[in-house]
Amino acid sequence: MMVSVTNAAVSAAPRKKQSEFMRVMRQMRKNKLAMLGLIIFIAELIIVLLAPFISPYDYTAMDPIAIRQGPSLQHWFGTDDLGRDIFSRILYGGRYSITMGLFSVAISTTVGMSIGAVAGYFGGQVDNIIMRLLDIIQSLPAMLLTIVISAVLGSGYGNTILALSVNGLPAAARMLRAQMMRERDNEYIEAAQSINCSKFRIIVSHLIPNSFSPNIVQATMGVANMIVMAASLSFIGLGVQPPTPEWGAMLSGARQFIRQSPHMVIFPGLAIAITILALNLMGDGLRDALDPKLKR
Amino acid sequence: MSEQKMETEPFLQIEDLAVEYYSDGKVISAVNGVSLRLEKGKTLGLVGETGAGKTTIAKSILRILPDVGAKITGGEVKLEGKDLFKLSEVEMRKIRGNNISMIFQDPMTALNPVQTVGDQIAEVVRLHSKGEKHDFVKRAEEMLEMVGIPAERYHEYPHQFSGGMKQRVVIAIALACNPDLLLADEPTTALDVTIQAQVLDLIADLRKKYNTAMLLITHDMGVVAQTCDDVAVIYAGKIIEYGSKEQIFDHPAHPYTIGLFGAIPSMSGDEEWLHPIDGLPPEPFNLPKGCTFHPRCPYATEACRGGTIDMRRTADGHQCRCINIDTVKKQEG
Repeated sequence: MMVSVTNAAVSAAPRKKQSEFMRVMRQMRKNKLAMLGLIIFIAELIIVLLAPFISPYDYTAMDPIAIRQGPSLQHWFGTDDLGRDIFSRILYGGRYSITMGLFSVAISTTVGMSIGAVAGYFGGQVDNIIMRLLDIIQSLPAMLLTIVISAVLGSGYGNTILALSVNGLPAAARMLRAQMMRERDNEYIEAAQSINCSKFRIIVSHLIPNSFSPNIVQATMGVANMIVMAASLSFIGLGVQPPTPEWGAMLSGARQFIRQSPHMVIFPGLAIAITILALNLMGDGLRDALDPKLKR
Repeated sequence: MSEQKMETEPFLQIEDLAVEYYSDGKVISAVNGVSLRLEKGKTLGLVGETGAGKTTIAKSILRILPDVGAKITGGEVKLEGKDLFKLSEVEMRKIRGNNISMIFQDPMTALNPVQTVGDQIAEVVRLHSKGEKHDFVKRAEEMLEMVGIPAERYHEYPHQFSGGMKQRVVIAIALACNPDLLLADEPTTALDVTIQAQVLDLIADLRKKYNTAMLLITHDMGVVAQTCDDVAVIYAGKIIEYGSKEQIFDHPAHPYTIGLFGAIPSMSGDEEWLHPIDGLPPEPFNLPKGCTFHPRCPYATEACRGGTIDMRRTADGHQCRCINIDTVKKQEG
C-alpha cells in the first residue's frame, strides 16, 4: 500500500511545477479559435518588434513622386498623402498602439487590483469609501473621462497611457473586490489567521492568487478595448501626435482622402480590427480555460 | 472546582468567557460565561449541538473572531498564567500557530487551493522561526512524513489529495511548530469512519510525543470516549455539565446529557425508533429565562423557568447546572 503510494508520488513528481499555467494552456489548446487569436497576436508582436528589419522604408521618409498611390509591389499597402509607405508606418504604428494597450492595462489592472484587494478584504467603511470614489469615476462616460484627462495632461505617449489607465481602474478594482469577498469567508483564510499570517500576507499570498482569474480575462479583453480607445483619442487629435505613425492617428490623417484613396483608411483599420479580433478570441478562450466550473 | 486544583496554576484556564455576535441589529449571545481548565498534556472534550458556541470558544482563545460583528464581552483566557485577552496584537501573534494552533473542521476548504501543500506547511514554520528557505522546506517534509504522506508529494496541490490526506496536511500544519495547545474543531466530522479512526490515532500519537494539550470540539460521543480525559457539555453557550470522562459517561446528571446518551442507538438491542431530545435548541438571540434547557426538559419545574441556575456538585463530584439533580437521578435510576 505504502509502496504504491510512493510510486505514484514519484511518477507525479516531474510535473510538480506544471501547475496552474500549464493547465490553463492545456485547456486553451483545445479551443481552436482561441489558439488562432493567440498565434495572431504573438505573430503581430514579433512583426512589430522586428519592424526596423522588415519595413522596406523609413516610416518618415516622404516620396513626393509617389503620393497617395494604391498598393503595388514597391509599396505593398500604398502610400499616404505625403508619399510615405503605409506598410512601414503600420509596422511602426503597431509599436505604439499595442504597447499603449498593454501598458495602460498593466497599470489599471495593478492599481485597480490593489484598491480592490483593500476594499474586498477590509469591507465595511473602508470598502464603502473606496467604492463610492470609484463610482464617481465610473459615473462619467469612459470616452469623455479619457478625453478630459488627456486634454488636461496634454497629448503624448505617456499621458495617453495614463488617461487610459484611469478609465480601466474601477472595473479591475470591482472585479477583484467581488471575488475576494467570496473567497474571504473560506476556512483556509481562518486557518491562515490561526497560524499567524499578517493581513498583508493573507491578502497577497492567499486571497489574490485565489481570486484574480477573472481579472486576467478582463485584462486580455481590456487590451483590445484600450487599443481602440487609444486609436480613437489619436483620431480626434488628442493622444499620440503626428507624425508618429499610431494607427488611430493614421486613420485620422487619412479620413479626408477616404473617397479618393480608400486604401489609406483600410489598412490601418484592418490592423486595428485584426488585433482586436485576435485579443478577443484569446480572451474568450482564457475565460473558458479559467472557469472553475469547466475544470477537467 | 476542587480546592487542590485551584492552588496550582492550570495550563489553560478560561474564566467566564462571553462572546456576542451582532447581526441585523440583533444581539446573539453565542457564549455566556464559560469556564474551563485544561492541564498540560490532557484532553478536554467540548461536546454540544451545532450552534452551541463550541467553535466560537476556540476562536476566542486564538482571538481570530471576525473583526466586524463579533465581540468578546467578558471573561479571561489564561495560558500558563498569561491573560491572552490583555496581550497586544504583536504578542498575540507570537502565540498563534506557535503555542496554540487549530485544526479545522473541513479539510476540503481549510487548505489554500492554489498553493502546494508543502508550501503551506513551510509557511507556518517560516512565520515562527528564523532560518533559510531550505530549513523550512526540510521541516515541512519532515512533517509530511510524520503524518504519513511521502515527502515527494510536497509539490502537489490540495486537489490532488483525498479528504483524509488533506486532514493530515491540516494536522501537519497545526503541529509543525510543536504547539503546547491544540484546538481541534471537529477534526473528524468531514471524514468517513475508517479515516476518522486513523486521524484520531495520528493526533493521539503526535500529542503523546510532544505532550500537547488538546481542546477537542465534537458532537460525536464515540470520539470523546476514545480521546478525552475531561468532558464539558455545552448547551446554548453555557456549560451545563463538566467532569471527567468516566463521571460523565457512567453517571450523566443533566437531563440534556442524559438525552444525548439516550439518542445514541444501541448496537445490541433491536430498536425501531431513534430517541431524539424533543424540541430544538433555543434561538441564540432569544434565550429562555432561567435554565436554557427547560423548554425541552422532561423534568422541568416552575423553579427552572426563572433566576440563574448555578453549577452544583453531584453525588460523585462532577458539576452540573441543574437544580433537580436529585429527582433526575432518582427517576433515571
